[in-house]
Amino acid sequence: MKKSYKIDVDCAACADKMEVAAKKTAGVKDASVNFMALKMNVEFDEGADAKAVMQDVRSNCKKVEDDCEVFI
Amino acid sequence: MNKKQKKMLIRIIVSAVLLGLLYGLGEVQILPPNGPIRFIGYMIPYAIIGYDILIKALKGIRNKQVFDEAFLMAVATIGAVALALYSGSGDYTEAIAVMLFYQIGEWFQSYAVGKSRRNISELMDIRPDYANVEKEGILEKVDPDEVEIGSMIVVQPGEKVPIDGIVVEGTSTLNTAALTGESLPRNVASGDEIISGCINETGVLKIQTTKEFGDSTVSKILDLVENASSRKSKSEDFITKFARIYTPAVVYAALALAILPPLVNIIILGNSAGWSIWIYRALTFLVASCPCALVVSIPLSFFAGIGGASKSGVLIKGSNYLEILSKTKTVVFDKTGTLTQGVFEVNGIHHNDISEYQLIEYAALAESASSHPISKSLQKAYGKEIDRNRVTDIQEISGNGVTAIVDGHSVAAGNDKLMDSLGVKYIHCHAVGTIIHMAIDGTYAGHIVISDIVKPHSKEAIRKLKHAGVKKTVMLTGDTANVAQSVAASLGIDQVYAQLLPADKVAKVEKLLEMKKDDKEVLAFVGDGMNDAPVLRRADIGIAMGAMGSDAAIEAADIVLMDDDPMQIVKAIKISRKSLRIVYQNIVFAIGIKLLCLLLVAVGVANMWLAVFADVGVMIIAVINAIRTLFVKNL
Repeated sequence: MKKSYKIDVDCAACADKMEVAAKKTAGVKDASVNFMALKMNVEFDEGADAKAVMQDVRSNCKKVEDDCEVFI
Repeated sequence: MNKKQKKMLIRIIVSAVLLGLLYGLGEVQILPPNGPIRFIGYMIPYAIIGYDILIKALKGIRNKQVFDEAFLMAVATIGAVALALYSGSGDYTEAIAVMLFYQIGEWFQSYAVGKSRRNISELMDIRPDYANVEKEGILEKVDPDEVEIGSMIVVQPGEKVPIDGIVVEGTSTLNTAALTGESLPRNVASGDEIISGCINETGVLKIQTTKEFGDSTVSKILDLVENASSRKSKSEDFITKFARIYTPAVVYAALALAILPPLVNIIILGNSAGWSIWIYRALTFLVASCPCALVVSIPLSFFAGIGGASKSGVLIKGSNYLEILSKTKTVVFDKTGTLTQGVFEVNGIHHNDISEYQLIEYAALAESASSHPISKSLQKAYGKEIDRNRVTDIQEISGNGVTAIVDGHSVAAGNDKLMDSLGVKYIHCHAVGTIIHMAIDGTYAGHIVISDIVKPHSKEAIRKLKHAGVKKTVMLTGDTANVAQSVAASLGIDQVYAQLLPADKVAKVEKLLEMKKDDKEVLAFVGDGMNDAPVLRRADIGIAMGAMGSDAAIEAADIVLMDDDPMQIVKAIKISRKSLRIVYQNIVFAIGIKLLCLLLVAVGVANMWLAVFADVGVMIIAVINAIRTLFVKNL
């Protein structure tokens, strides 16, 4: 399952960090962050609960880049 | 400017004024040259401008994310303040100025990126906000998503067509500029197909929808453009990897610069350590090292390039394709519909025993089941309604023609291969065009010459492609060698392969791909999307043209030209070349200046001010350069 989320972040390097953090989150198969479009595309593992996983993604992103937001 | 940016701007101005004031007070000796009052005075603007950076650096340390920009800046400025305290110089200006300039840079970057993000989204703003659904004579505005297939919608003059459909009532002219970049209006009348995203200009149109909003042209295009920059180019990957290695590397280099030379001084040379000199250099080194210029300007260049391209009707499905396209050395064209209009006309009838009209009638009836442009032109020449009851047993022989029973006679219509296979002796034709030999009841009945018209800009497009650096142009066609040669010669195409079946085209492209001398040379295939999907996929880069409304083409191609003008191909290549040129300029410029500054700092020639330029100045120049990719109008 693939989903796209709006994000807010100020710098391109920070967007890259968010991508790495999102990829490492359990339940995420693949993730890509598009800094210019301010979008995060997430592909979830089979059977994962997208909402719960996104909460983890959000907190993991906050850990690496304090000044960011993922709109779930 | 958003709220965050406004707040930042105020902080920048307040701290800059305060800093100037403190400096002035120091000059006229109201503020003591050192001591706690001076320290506290200077710490006020420092706190105003840098508190968020300091907090972010602390949080970073707590979350084990030490090597980021905030950390670099915090260490450099705190270090500079500490050095001023330690040496008793009381020169805090530098530390605060560094923080100030860093914040100015960040502010500018955020402003520029935000602005171009908005500009580009406006360019691509073809999303309709509502659809007027007619219910019992009353118009109701609803979300396009809620309109079911087969609904009646009304589009007033000045409104966007929200959903694909067929016009049932009314005539109007459509402005397709948002889709094609071409401002020539199109006329529609009842019975015509209409695609979403066009703007209705003159009359009221009643449309029966044939698709859901999600499947309509406008949604497909938006989807494509919005996801475009998610497919990252090699340059972007390079920068990401570079930054991941680079930031820790410079931090360690700065650490080494602070510690090693003093140790060498003490232990080997026996001199005094000179700690403050080397720590100062290390801090300056940190300021200069910030990689933001690269990290922000490269994706910005690609984003702006894709945005500018879509404005002119060239949809690029990803940054990677924009990058590959710039290296195009061979362009392979499909002939029909790409270089020629694909509109065929009957131009002559030769060697016929029966009347011309009757021959056309037989041909049109035999071909009645086919939607091939050739059959359409026969039907057009026939001019009457086709009575399908008169035709039975239609057999299409791919690449050869058709056989059928018409009014009890067996009719064969096709090329020389078909005649050979039927054992019918045919008369060779000297006219240029597609020749349809006819056999009725096994005897030759003459042939019909049909020819296609070359598009007005094809020749100029081929010439300009050569100008833009394309080395070889190739044309593939299912047509006869005779026709192919004459078209190729009139357009100036280098190589021609004729009489190809759709499957042969894939094989030919594969062969051309093998013939490339260098993997870096790119082969692009341009087709009109009809039957070319496999070839579009097989080529290094597939370009579908005239794709308004053709879903298969939008899906199979890497680049979609909304218009069917071959000049668009030239434009697409020029846009990609320009974008890539700017990307390389920025990479070389930013890395070059950075390395030079780092070197100067390390040997002690440069001070903190130059370091600030290396950081902020380079970034601002790179961003401005990147924004240039947006302007593609005059390419």
